Formats: sequence, C-alpha cells, structure tokens
Amino acid sequence: MLGLISYLAFFATMAGILAIVVLGLNLHWGYTGLFNGGVVAFFGMGAYGAMILGGRPEEGLLGGFGLPFPLAFAGGVLLAAALAWLVGILTLRLRHDYLAIATFGVAVALESVARNAEWLTGGARGRRGFPRPFEGWTDDPLLWGLMFLGLVALVLALVWWGLERLVNSPYGRALRAIREDETAARALGKNPARLRLQAFVIGSAIMGAGGALYVAWTAFISPQDLAPVLTFQVWAMLIVGGAGNNRGALLGAGLIWAAWTASGFALSRFAPTDWQLYAGSIQYILIGAVIVGMLLWRPQGLLPERISTRLSTPQPRPNSGG
Amino acid sequence: MIQHLIDGVLTGAIISLGAIGLTMVMHILRFANFAYAELLAIGAYAALVFDALFAALVPALAVKFAPLTLTGTLALATLVAMGVAGLSALVLDRLVFRRIRDRAGPLSMVFASFGVALIIRNLIVLAFGLHPQLYSPDIAFAVVLSFDPLVLIKPDQVFVLVAALALMLGFHLVLTRTTFGFALRAVAENPSLAQVNGVNLSAMIAAVWLIGGALAAAAGVFYALTNQLNPMIGHVFLLPVFAATIVGGIGSVYGAVAGGFIVGIASGLSLMVLPSGYTPAMPFLIILAVLLIRPQGLFGEAES
Repeated sequence: MLGLISYLAFFATMAGILAIVVLGLNLHWGYTGLFNGGVVAFFGMGAYGAMILGGRPEEGLLGGFGLPFPLAFAGGVLLAAALAWLVGILTLRLRHDYLAIATFGVAVALESVARNAEWLTGGARGRRGFPRPFEGWTDDPLLWGLMFLGLVALVLALVWWGLERLVNSPYGRALRAIREDETAARALGKNPARLRLQAFVIGSAIMGAGGALYVAWTAFISPQDLAPVLTFQVWAMLIVGGAGNNRGALLGAGLIWAAWTASGFALSRFAPTDWQLYAGSIQYILIGAVIVGMLLWRPQGLLPERISTRLSTPQPRPNSGG
Repeated sequence: MIQHLIDGVLTGAIISLGAIGLTMVMHILRFANFAYAELLAIGAYAALVFDALFAALVPALAVKFAPLTLTGTLALATLVAMGVAGLSALVLDRLVFRRIRDRAGPLSMVFASFGVALIIRNLIVLAFGLHPQLYSPDIAFAVVLSFDPLVLIKPDQVFVLVAALALMLGFHLVLTRTTFGFALRAVAENPSLAQVNGVNLSAMIAAVWLIGGALAAAAGVFYALTNQLNPMIGHVFLLPVFAATIVGGIGSVYGAVAGGFIVGIASGLSLMVLPSGYTPAMPFLIILAVLLIRPQGLFGEAES
C-alpha cells in the first residue's frame, strides 16, 4: 500500500512537472501560434541554471553556489527567459518557420554545450548534489515525496492561474488575434513582433520553471535529460489534450505520461530480451504516430479550444484544476 | 588547416545536395520539413539493401573500381536508392503532408514532419539495428598528399566530390535548358502566377519531391561511403541542411548549394579552435549569424 502511494506520488510529481512545461508550450503554440522546436532547451536551461546556482559545489566545476532554493529556482527561470529572448529577437520578425528551425538548433547547441563544457556542466557525467527543498524537515522519503508533490502542485496552480488570467484578458485576445490574422491585429494598433516576443519569453520561462523543479526533485542533471525526446513528449501532450485550452494541456500531460510509462513498463516486462535494446525505438515510433495521427484525424485535440463569442459578458473562469 | 578545409569541402558537397530539395520544398509548400533529412538515411540504407541484392544476383558486378571501394553493384544500387527515396518523399506527401495541408496551417505540417521523422528514424533502427555499418568491409586507404602539413585524402572522397558536383551541374542544366526546368523555376518563384500560366502545380510539387528525394539519397550514400552508415544520419544532417537553406536564402537552389559549402567548410574549420564535440552546434551559430546580418540569406529576397 505504501509502495503504491509512493509510486503514485512519484508519477504525479513527474506528470505535474511536465504539465507545467505543457502549459508553457500552450502559451506558445495554443494561444500565440509560435512553433517551439526546442522545448527541451528551455527546460534544460532552467534545470542546469538552478543546479549551477543552487547545487552543492563539486571539485573542478564552476558553480554549485548553494543558493537557497527560491533563488536558484528564480535564476533558472530567468536564464530560460534570457535564452528565449535571444532566440526570439532574432527570429520572430521573420518567416514563421525560422523560429522552428532556430529553437530546434538551440536545443542541439545546448546539448552539445552540456556534453562538452565539463568545467560548467560536468560533461556527460552531469552534475549532482542539490540541497532539496524540505530536506531537513523529515527523514521519511514518502513524506518528503508528498511534500515535494505539494510544491509542484502549488507551482502548477500558480502557472495555471496566471495563464488563465493572461489569456482571458485583452492581452490574451491580442495574442489570439495575431495568431489568426496578423495584418488585422496590426491594423488595430497591436505590435505583433513585440507581443510574440513577450509570449515566447513568458512561455519559455514557464518551461524553465519546470526544469528547475525537475532538478530540485532528482538532485541530478546530465545531457541525457536534454535529449530531444522530451520536446516530442510535450508536443504530443499538447496536441492530444487540445492546443489553446489549458485544461486540455493538463489532460494531455496526464494521459501521455501515463501511456509513456505504461508502454515502457509493458515493453520491459513482456518484450523478448533481445528486443529490450530497441524498446526506446518502439516508444519513439508510438509517440511519432500519436503526433501524426492526432494531426490527421483530430487536430483540435480531445478538449478543443473554446472561444467565447459573447464579448459583453465576462468570461467564465474555470476553477483551478491544480 | 588544409586537411580541415578539404574535409569541410567534402561535407559541404553532401550538405549542398541534401539542401537543394529542402529549399524548394520550403519555398513552394511554405513549411520547414523536419522529416526531410531522413531521406538521406532512407537513401543510404536502400543502397545497402540493393547493393547486397545485386551482388547476390550478379556477382560479376561486385567488383571494385580501384582505387575506390565503390563497386559496380553499389553504383547501381545508388541509382535505385535515389528512386526509392524520391518515391518515399512523394508517398509521405500524399499520406501525411498533403492531407494536413488541405486542412490546417503550415505549422501543423512542421509538427507532423517531426512525427514522421521520429517514425522513419526508429523504423530504420528496428530494421537495421543501432550499430554502424559499412558498404564494403575493405579498408579504404588514404593517399598522403603532403607530409608537412599532413594532408590525407581517400580516393572515395575525390569520387564523392566529383559525383556531387556532376549531379548539381546536371540539375543546373535541367533548370536552365529545359521547359520542365523553366516550369520548376516558375513554381519556385511564384506558385500562383505559374499556375495561371498553365503550369500544373501538383505535378510540379510531385517533381520537386522526386528530385529532392533523389538528391538527398545520393547525399546519404556519399556520406555513408566516406564515413559510415548509422540510423542517426538524418538527425545529424538535419540542422546542417536547414542552415544551408537559410544561409543561401529559402527558395534559392544556387543559394542552397553555396550555403551547403559554407556550412561544411565553416564546420570543418571550426575544428581548429573548438573541440569536435561542439561541431553539432556550428550550424546553429551560422544560422544565428545569418539572421543577425542578412536574414533573407545570400540569394534570398527580403520579405515584406
């Protein structure tokens, strides 16, 4: 029984962290129509940033300043935002797919830095040792896990609340207007390049928050965590759930993460031994098929975007689904 | 220095071949196709299969053209692989991209292309395994061109460079000397205007997929011939071919060729100052530099 609770807490924590990242992507793709091909780069920037600022010092490595968790967390978020600003300012004025290529490129570049800049990232070994929040409060790993799950749920709820307020405000309508018809939005006096850049930076900062939480949870980060598969998982979550609908994003995060862990478990349990090496490939094919299949047969996702046509009455606020 | 330059030129020729089709597709269909580089992998592995098949059917052909490791069967298999990759590109368009194109925006196709790339790459892993392979078990000996500085070059590399340039020249002649080439250029420049003037747009799109796929397959075989085959070819070449199209200007075939050489040579020369682990990041730095200085690329037109 305790094992089950402990596993569920573990599962929910990871799903919650991923849900935060999916909400960030929803601001990019769902509400503003920005294509982010390097979700993992902003997640990774938050993770490595928090680790370098808040981690324990390691011999021969720069950083590990041991800053208190809130500061390390904020630092990771800011670094992810800074990276997004740099990529965005160069690409958002241009053709839409330049952002796709540049964000994909930044993920490749960041992974190669993580692998090679040993003095900062620890290279392929990664960095370990992070004074985790609530660590001194309890010796019971289960209790600690539940506390951390509470922290993740709190951040998720805050992100949810902030995004719902943002997208249901005039600002959110301006973002959707740019997504639908840039020229019309411009005619109404909106500045598409600036609004896009802001939405891109905010969404990426949210992804960075997910990364910073991840590193606080595992107290370990390595280039493995920067593998492109995270980007595809997060996309699948958003596309399955329904882009442009934050509830859909949460639903997708839960469903896809459950499907991913279940398929991994089934493959490790039932696949023949000589196929184990290829279990990862089978999972990648599944995730690719989910993305392509949804786009072909249900592009609006399970919970499609709902746009209120009544402008005179205030929008109904959904309750927080943290 | 000279060695890095030579290696860079060779890689550049392969990137150029891979980028020609991509730049046309990106311009005509207006979407960044992240599954495109998988055509290199499809071509390289198709050549592996047909090479073995032809060698079993007609052993007399499996003779090396000394001093190359290229055999008669591999040469034939390469031509078949070009057809296979061209048809794969066409089939993928019919199965996935065209259906999404009819219903949703170009960025949905970008999403789908990532999904398609994941599926293709991992199907190749399942079919051929993760381990690297070679077309020929024989060791290709390098010829020492000079000892100080040490410059080594393999006969296969010279062949690949010549063959790549010949393919590009052939495509240039098609573009400038034939009615088909004119129609292709018209479509690339202004699809709607070309259609008004009686060019069959969907036939031209099919032709672009076929040609692009064939050139990408040649690039894949050339890479595998001078290096090795592995399922990650598509992943490795994805960013370089995109960088080449952006450097050259999206839609410009000659820009893509120039861009390919620029990316290849810059990546080669970067080895003099940066450890080789950073090579995958080079195309990204080149993209950033181009976007900063000349966002429309060398031969591209500025967008309004």
